[in-house]
Amino acid sequence: MRIRIEKRPEATPLWQWGAPVMALILSLVLGIILFSSLGFHPLEALYAFFIGPISNAWGMGELVNKATPIMLCATGLMIGFRANVWNIGAEGQFLIGALAAGALGLAFWEEDHVWLVPAMALAGILGGMLWALPPAVFKTRFGANEILTSLMLVYVASLTLDWAVRGPLKDPDGFNFPESRIFHDAATIPNITDTSPVGWETVVALIALGIVWFILSRTAAGFRLRLAGASAKAAAFAGVDQKAMVIATLLIGGGFAGLAGAFEVSGTIGQLTPFVAQKYGFTAIIVAFLGRLHPVGVLLSSLLIALTYLGGEAVQIDLGLPKAIAEVFQGFLLFSLLGCTIFATHRIRILTGDAR
Amino acid sequence: MSDLGWIVPTALTVIGAMVPLMLAGLGELVAERSGVLNLGVEGMMLVGAVAGFGATVFLGDGHAGVLAAALAGAASACLFGVLTIGLLANQVASGLALTLFGIGLSAALGAGFVGMPVDRLPRLDLPGLSDIPVIGPILFGHDLLVYIAFLSVPAIHFFLYRSHAGLVLRAVGENPDAARAMGYPVRTIRLAAVAFGGAMAGLGGAYLSLAHTPMWAEGMTAGRGWIALALVVFASWLPGRLAIGAALFGAVTILQFHAQGIGVGIPSQFLSMLPYLATIAVLVILSSRTGRNSLDAPRALGRIFDPGH
Repeated sequence: MRIRIEKRPEATPLWQWGAPVMALILSLVLGIILFSSLGFHPLEALYAFFIGPISNAWGMGELVNKATPIMLCATGLMIGFRANVWNIGAEGQFLIGALAAGALGLAFWEEDHVWLVPAMALAGILGGMLWALPPAVFKTRFGANEILTSLMLVYVASLTLDWAVRGPLKDPDGFNFPESRIFHDAATIPNITDTSPVGWETVVALIALGIVWFILSRTAAGFRLRLAGASAKAAAFAGVDQKAMVIATLLIGGGFAGLAGAFEVSGTIGQLTPFVAQKYGFTAIIVAFLGRLHPVGVLLSSLLIALTYLGGEAVQIDLGLPKAIAEVFQGFLLFSLLGCTIFATHRIRILTGDAR
Repeated sequence: MSDLGWIVPTALTVIGAMVPLMLAGLGELVAERSGVLNLGVEGMMLVGAVAGFGATVFLGDGHAGVLAAALAGAASACLFGVLTIGLLANQVASGLALTLFGIGLSAALGAGFVGMPVDRLPRLDLPGLSDIPVIGPILFGHDLLVYIAFLSVPAIHFFLYRSHAGLVLRAVGENPDAARAMGYPVRTIRLAAVAFGGAMAGLGGAYLSLAHTPMWAEGMTAGRGWIALALVVFASWLPGRLAIGAALFGAVTILQFHAQGIGVGIPSQFLSMLPYLATIAVLVILSSRTGRNSLDAPRALGRIFDPGH
């Protein structure tokens, strides 16, 4: 018996969307194997992981809350990935966005301004863009690989945040803990209703996703982006300015990640601490790929990935498992998807006997 | 003699910083020479670090830990190999996936090891030689992984440039279609190179968790896998230059410790940024030499080899 891989004459649209579904099924099978090998009843464990956390309205709200920053980061990354610009430093851009927004909020501490929250969001966007600027300049000016430069800046960002909360932004009455004062009300984003933890930042994130969807699918800019991703030569022939494209996509990615960071501190955490870093910027890479670099896909996969985080916390409490199980599961999902992608472009033939 | 008392500790600190970068970097260099760009180095190092730590704890033998780390690194690399070489998945995406998976998997496996002590990997003193003043402790008083790291440099250089197998491996990385036409099994060779890279990354991780700081902590590689990737570019895919690059990073580490020791008024966080900023600076300087680096890169690096077309 031999297995042969043959190229399909045309990619099949069915598998474009079939692959993520198959990847999900495959990941569930891997999850069953994982939980059984750890000595748990697999279906009970899967229930605790996937259903338990969202079995009530508050849980659903938590899910949406968790998905919001991840979706925002992934929305920005998706744009760059479409053009083969590999910004993997969203985590650093997220942290600097959080730091910029938090610093502004603390600068106007206990002052009542209606413009403070919008200004903090803007500061977050600018902070994220600032952090994405060096990789963009180094790439276009010197040809330095943006994967490595943007990634290195994640460590620089996290050390900067650490310095800020232990130094200039430390809470003066905080018994020397490495955290800032707790933001006052005018610097925090209110929830939409009293019965759910979902805040207004989710609405903003969804509107942003809608705008990106429109630009990507309905405008010439979206077309040029796809062209640049498909073939650099074709894009150059069509007059696409590659350097401008690299700079724009990196800055947009940085802006989205920075906004997510600003929302995280002013909407969810309410102060600056080293624990602002929850690897959402890295998780967003998984979300962008899992969503097939499509806005609708990003929306769905950010909910799915947020669920793995809640599931990880749930099995930590219910079953005593490490909550990093969530990241293992995210790895299963991404590996399965990458493995299944081949079915869209290739046919797997199993040849038996001597038939060749 | 007392005036030169700083030489030995300084040299040992540089070597300690060099070894994980050399091990992981040399492995990745071989993988990239075969045309495969594996961005999963950081993840494979972490998996190696936790596997080495776990095996040492359970088997009570540091060298069993070293072996386990190499096997775990190779196994995670094979996962990447099956996806990219077998199922033709995108190398950049799959490598990132491997890093993220390795971070999560090692954290999950290592949750029980946090705060646990472990015996440092034993020093293999060479009788007589280790007792020579200054030179002895610098050259001959190390653990197994240090010897492996330094002997790998000439060994890999010899393999790539003086052996037939190395020639074939480089041919696969330059022009896989031609290599295939000559009857070489391109995919098998690439998988072997990727697995070797994973084993070396695993060893690099084990050095961190068993020798450099004998303990397990989540994400303890702290970006060294990525710095190793940058070193391969810095080295223009040459083993000797990779060792020089690793030594330069060791020197940056020294700078960081000394500045901290003297107590200059710089917050420690800014000194800790030095290795990352140095990596960026090196990449920028190298890349600005008008495309010279892209000429050195294996020509088929990062491209999917589709035998079915």
